[in-house]
Amino acid sequence: MTTSAILPARGLADRLTALFWRRPKVLLALLLTPPLLWLGVVYLGSLAALLLQSFYSIDEFSGVVKEEFTLKTYGELFRPSNFDILVRTVTMAALVTLACAALAFPIAYFAARYAKGHWKAAFYLGVMLPLWSSYLVKVYAWKLILAKEGILGWAAEQTHTGWIISGLLSIPGLEGSSLSTSPIGTFMVFVYIWLPYMILPMQAALERVPNSMLEASADLGATRGQTFRTVVLPLALPGIIAGSIFTFSLTLGDYIIPQIIGNSANFIGMAVYQLQGTAGNIPLAAAFAVVPILIMLIYLAIARRMGAFDAL
Amino acid sequence: MLSDRAPLSLRLAATGGLLFLHLPILLIFLYAFTTEERSFTFPPPGLTTHWFTTAWYDRPDIWPPLYLSLKVAAIATSVALILGTLVAAAMTRAAFFGREQISLLILLPIALPGVITGMALRSAFGMMDIPFSTWTIILGHATFCIVIVYNNAVARMRRLSGGIMEASADLGANAFQTFRHVLLPNMGSALLAGGMLAFALSFDEVIVTIFTAGSGTGAKTLPIWMLDELIRPRQRPVTNVVAIVVFAATFFPILAAYYLTRGGSETAGMGK
Repeated sequence: MTTSAILPARGLADRLTALFWRRPKVLLALLLTPPLLWLGVVYLGSLAALLLQSFYSIDEFSGVVKEEFTLKTYGELFRPSNFDILVRTVTMAALVTLACAALAFPIAYFAARYAKGHWKAAFYLGVMLPLWSSYLVKVYAWKLILAKEGILGWAAEQTHTGWIISGLLSIPGLEGSSLSTSPIGTFMVFVYIWLPYMILPMQAALERVPNSMLEASADLGATRGQTFRTVVLPLALPGIIAGSIFTFSLTLGDYIIPQIIGNSANFIGMAVYQLQGTAGNIPLAAAFAVVPILIMLIYLAIARRMGAFDAL
Repeated sequence: MLSDRAPLSLRLAATGGLLFLHLPILLIFLYAFTTEERSFTFPPPGLTTHWFTTAWYDRPDIWPPLYLSLKVAAIATSVALILGTLVAAAMTRAAFFGREQISLLILLPIALPGVITGMALRSAFGMMDIPFSTWTIILGHATFCIVIVYNNAVARMRRLSGGIMEASADLGANAFQTFRHVLLPNMGSALLAGGMLAFALSFDEVIVTIFTAGSGTGAKTLPIWMLDELIRPRQRPVTNVVAIVVFAATFFPILAAYYLTRGGSETAGMGK
């Protein structure tokens, strides 16, 4: 006996519907096949190609890629000039992440706890718009700000605080003719560009801190500072870590900002870009690109253990 | 008793942070009107609207990148809309084997730094001898746009009550009719929002694009044009004029996307 449907099946569409109903897995497979083919072939396939290339090496005399397995290219990463790049990038990413967390917290806390109605929408849009607006336009804006004759220099001159900037620029390692050619400038622009990525998960985590807990903490005699340290901060931590995944990862891979602003010291992204382009050393470029993947995998594993994924 | 008013220091820090996020963008607008062509002197020595006419009439190099960017963004968004909606539809169903892995796979293209996506695609194209073209750019863009559409679609689908789908089936609609007359109208604004965000993202993307466009093949998107102008400037204010156009092209879709997905309480099946 087959199904005795009240409405008889009329055409292919109806018969397919009956099939989907009886075998939901067929529908699932139909839905998933195109996107998984795309992501599997285009994206994972490319990552595999990247990994494969990183185990090749380049012939030093002819400049031709030798397609045989070797760890020589990875060995080259540990040459002092290359290792410097790795250390510099990771240090910058860590500093940018810390600065973003410090700057984001008041904004996220205010938006989550105090902003109501229209203000809440304004805060949300106020963070979303810079996040989504053109990346290059924002970097360009900072070029205008940090240039020697730019607005920051003008403001310093008007307020007679130019000595602060020149003082900063004379610190060993941070030198430059202006902020736009100093690592300080690179740092500032990184912080600016990635700040919204920190605010949003942080705010989401803070929204989930129940007011009753803050009240309970106050009832039990905690001062504001104590409540903040022992109640708010631990509960917001997953959100902070979730945000730090973005700021850290994005800084690790960026190659536009250090190219436009700063003293043209190399970063991982720039090394990848230059090696695959003008230098034509694809294996070494691939090996450089594998480093952020490894760092991010470790970072994600730690973040997962600290419960940051629930806050994403 | 908790006060509803924020401490002054917190209010100052929060407002300061928001100003920090917005003031730089305003400067771009100001410098589009400056009379000084070569430097970034502040305050600008004079104001003029001359650069808008220059950009429109005297700089033919702006138009091909603009058209290319629009084309790439349109095609990449269409691909992402289809693929993203399909995954979202699958992921809102009951748990199945590999569900976690798939959600990670969708997220990966934006979780890993763009330079990795770019370098990975570039080495794959190199290994398979695929020449760089508009299509290699689109391939890369569609890959990271999927997650944007997916996020919007999946959020709406979760809010959608399963009851309306069952009701549609009970009333005799087949799967395709349910999709056309029940699912699509309810998903519409979320898909539009996701599509707009994906468009904005693609229109503005530069980090992956540089790797997938190939150098010197003539396939130059507007952000790549802008980057060239930043490194080797001529007529700096013209770059600002284009920057304003790029800003507007991403600003309005974002604003529209926000209003389209805000609240969402009008979604059918919510008033249970």
